[in-house]
Amino acid sequence: MSMLKIGDKTFQSRLLLGTGKYPSFEIQKEAVRVSDAEILTFAVRRMNVFEPSQPNFLEMLDLSKYTLLPNTAGATTAEEAVRTAKLAKASGLCDMIKVEIIGCDRTLLPDPVETLRASEKLLAEGFTVLTYTSDDVVLARRLEELGVHAVMPGASPIGSGRGILNPLNLKFIIEQSSVPVIIDAGIGSPKDAVYAMELGADAVLLNTAVSGAKDPIKMAEAMKLAIEAGRLGFEAGRIEERDYAVASSPLEGLLPS
Amino acid sequence: MSITLNGKAYKLPEDVSTVQQLLEHLELSKRIVIVEVNKEIVQKDQYDHPIRERDQVEMIHFVGGG
Repeated sequence: MSMLKIGDKTFQSRLLLGTGKYPSFEIQKEAVRVSDAEILTFAVRRMNVFEPSQPNFLEMLDLSKYTLLPNTAGATTAEEAVRTAKLAKASGLCDMIKVEIIGCDRTLLPDPVETLRASEKLLAEGFTVLTYTSDDVVLARRLEELGVHAVMPGASPIGSGRGILNPLNLKFIIEQSSVPVIIDAGIGSPKDAVYAMELGADAVLLNTAVSGAKDPIKMAEAMKLAIEAGRLGFEAGRIEERDYAVASSPLEGLLPS
Repeated sequence: MSITLNGKAYKLPEDVSTVQQLLEHLELSKRIVIVEVNKEIVQKDQYDHPIRERDQVEMIHFVGGG
């Protein structure tokens, strides 16, 4: 299987894993381990300084093994997203940022105007920019023209688990793109992940599909395998679909009746 | 000295007057934390940055997220 290249970094795994809402740190650690994910997303938040003894998942990880992808979730404007990104970078742990600027509380769909503005500002600041966007084909192209390092169209609303609602748009985005396309948000089950990869996506970013599964550790492995299967299938090149049957066995040398 | 720490009024002992001392006072100096004073990020090599009366200090970290 070919490698995933984002900016100046190269990855074996095509699964980017979110770190939110796991039942426990123990389950989360094991899910992360079996997923083989190399890129983990995080959110940037105020610390509970009045109870500093609270455990923090990031501090339990061997950070030499992972690339951190902090998001700008919580930002509603480009300026807020830039502030969040700069805070994340000041940790000295990362220079990648997932631009995520929500424009609608009910659907959690991104605000396209602020998303574009934020991406432009962050590129000017020297960040490696991965932008969460809707499946808008033209917006994806505009982001690419800005120079983002990956476009991350959603499959369906964040956390909805509805899978790929508009495969045609995703296919258009993948076809036109010269930067990695990472299907982000809405993945519900392994079949969605396979589908995304078979469409030609470079990677899949998911969180709730694993953290919310009955057995997150098993699901982490299922997703890993699904993404590998989908990618291999894409690289192998599938057969054309036909309306009628084509026999697999030879028609010559049929036994006399 | 009184500051605002993560949105709450907070009284500091007399001997705390820099970011580094504040982190030690809060037992956060070994944690992964990012410090903002009056909306300006304090980079790790600038932790001798002074803390003054009425400063607005934010302690920020990474939490689980997608």
